[in-house]
Amino acid sequence: MKGLLDQQFGQGGMIITKVDTLINWARLSSMWPMGFGLACCAIEMMSAYASNYDLDRMGVFPRASPRQSDVMIVAGTVTFKMADRVRRLYEQMAEPRYVISMGSCANCGGPYWEHGYHVVKGVDNVIPVDVYVPGCPPRPEALIGGFIKLQEKIRKETLMRPKAIENLLKTTA
Amino acid sequence: MTFDSIVSFIQQELGTEIVLDQKVDHHPGTIYVSAENLVAVCDLLWRSEATYFDFLSCISGIDHGTDSNYFEVNYQLNSLPHGHQLAISVLLEKPSEGLPTIPTVSYIWKTALWHERETYDLMGINFLGHPDMRRILLPADWKGHPLRKDAINPEYYHGIKVAYDRSEEAAKSWEG
Repeated sequence: MKGLLDQQFGQGGMIITKVDTLINWARLSSMWPMGFGLACCAIEMMSAYASNYDLDRMGVFPRASPRQSDVMIVAGTVTFKMADRVRRLYEQMAEPRYVISMGSCANCGGPYWEHGYHVVKGVDNVIPVDVYVPGCPPRPEALIGGFIKLQEKIRKETLMRPKAIENLLKTTA
Repeated sequence: MTFDSIVSFIQQELGTEIVLDQKVDHHPGTIYVSAENLVAVCDLLWRSEATYFDFLSCISGIDHGTDSNYFEVNYQLNSLPHGHQLAISVLLEKPSEGLPTIPTVSYIWKTALWHERETYDLMGINFLGHPDMRRILLPADWKGHPLRKDAINPEYYHGIKVAYDRSEEAAKSWEG
């Protein structure tokens, strides 16, 4: 039995779709995170990558370079010393780029919020964050949930800027 | 060797006045020596076959508080072949300006290289004769020594607010 794609392409046919849908599908099906972790959250992140939870089945597998990465998982405590590095790594990533803030420390400083002279009180003070995953540390399921949330977000993206849509509405009206 | 026999060994070799004070109510027992005599005591404890403290477990810096005029540096010593332990404490007066100083023991125990840098970094105690006396954990351009009782956190570090602040403008600081 042949699948949908085999039948469509095998017979020289064509698929008609929207560019938005195609690009979003491509982006959300291969979210490659940058392979770096900062603290204990990284242990949960690693087990989410490994065979028990197998993030690879969602097209998520870590890359060793920010140049090849689409997603940055900030997994752990961001110290002020690391904040400069996190910002630089983020800037080295090609657009479109997304950030998942994993765990309490990266979300808001976590247990260090009051007396942590060395901890950035939320990585969103350094780089923009798309999805916050709560937990201390979050279980691998929670991180996978974060990726699904990010997929939802990417699915709603459009190449058209809001301004362009406004103009389009004006001309049709 | 027991604590008492270690203390009497030190007193016999270096004089009775070298041990300023001793505390036996916790383990391991602690002797207090002056900063000038620290190296002589450490060197003796390491060189002598009877004591042979070959392992420095930890160096800690202690701030006795804003109403006290003392810092304390505490050395935890271990002898792996003999199985005995000893703690050495040195009280340092807070100077009116600059950092309190104490000689390094890093040429006896290499472990001290990093421990002394950590104590310098967080407590601001200068170890004289250390080959590489710079910060080990905090960024090189950090101001102050945060584990001192009178330490005041900087308001900003590289444009990032240090204090917990979830207001709108704080969350937007990455844009500027």
